[in-house]
Amino acid sequence: MDALWIGLIATSIIAFLLKYLGHSVPEKWLSHPRVLKINGLIPIALLSALVAVQTFTNGKSLVIDQRLAGLAVAVIALILRAPFAVVVLSAAATSAGLYHLQ
Amino acid sequence: MNRATLAQSLSVSLPVGAYGIAFGAASVAAGFTVLQSCLISLLTFSGASQFALVGVMGSGGTALSATATASLLGTRNLLYGLQMAPVLRTRRMKKVIAAQLTIDESTGVAISLEKNGRESMRQGFWYTGIGVYTFWNLFTLLGALGAQAMGDPAAFGLDAAVPAAFLGLVWPRLTGKTERLLAISAVALALIATPYAPAGVPIISTAALAVFFGLRGRVWR
Repeated sequence: MDALWIGLIATSIIAFLLKYLGHSVPEKWLSHPRVLKINGLIPIALLSALVAVQTFTNGKSLVIDQRLAGLAVAVIALILRAPFAVVVLSAAATSAGLYHLQ
Repeated sequence: MNRATLAQSLSVSLPVGAYGIAFGAASVAAGFTVLQSCLISLLTFSGASQFALVGVMGSGGTALSATATASLLGTRNLLYGLQMAPVLRTRRMKKVIAAQLTIDESTGVAISLEKNGRESMRQGFWYTGIGVYTFWNLFTLLGALGAQAMGDPAAFGLDAAVPAAFLGLVWPRLTGKTERLLAISAVALALIATPYAPAGVPIISTAALAVFFGLRGRVWR
């Protein structure tokens, strides 16, 4: 079995177990304020890291290319409170446009 | 059936579900097949985790680092389950289905209906959960088929759509100084580690920053 299948199956099983566990354990087990705080911060760290890696890297090297322009447009769209789809599509259109100019 | 609740659920689940098109496309661009992309949406059913799985694997990370990153992003569903369990009071098969539908949106709509009582919360949870599940999976298929027909992901800007998607997910969470400082630190750590660490590791290592900021949060309050 290749790595993609392993990632798919493992992620799906753990995702379900986490959800099911939430419905099964007594609430007081995980309601410590510090646990709640860290749980809220983890997505911020991981998603920010994903933005950076997906924008500025190519393999192991750091690069600046058309993706950065796409991301800049996404930031503007977010500041203007554009809907999710507009944010993603405007970034894609910008990046694709620059890609074809090259 | 409560019409107002149904309308609210639909207004959340249709746009969120339509976003599945971006996931389907990103997944195929990362090297997953159309079938695999659909299975991820059907089985994992948690947006950020799914994007992390295909994002890390697409950039050459191992199954282990991809799964670990995706799973850390899924831990908040555990807390949603804790909140929803006493409201839903489900058992056996219904509990399995309720667990699978426990995501940001279903929990969010249910909590927004708290003032209307438990029956409203239950309805909001089920309508929104079922609605997002239906649309998310439908649009994943469309996105995957579309990307398969496109060929080169960069030619259609998919290479920028994926980080923009992550940015759209993190943006509403950057509410305070701690959150913003954490985001900047995570960006810096991930980029500094990229040339030296195996793919995927720079991303998951930023979870340590979240723990650090969580334990020291009071410093910036």
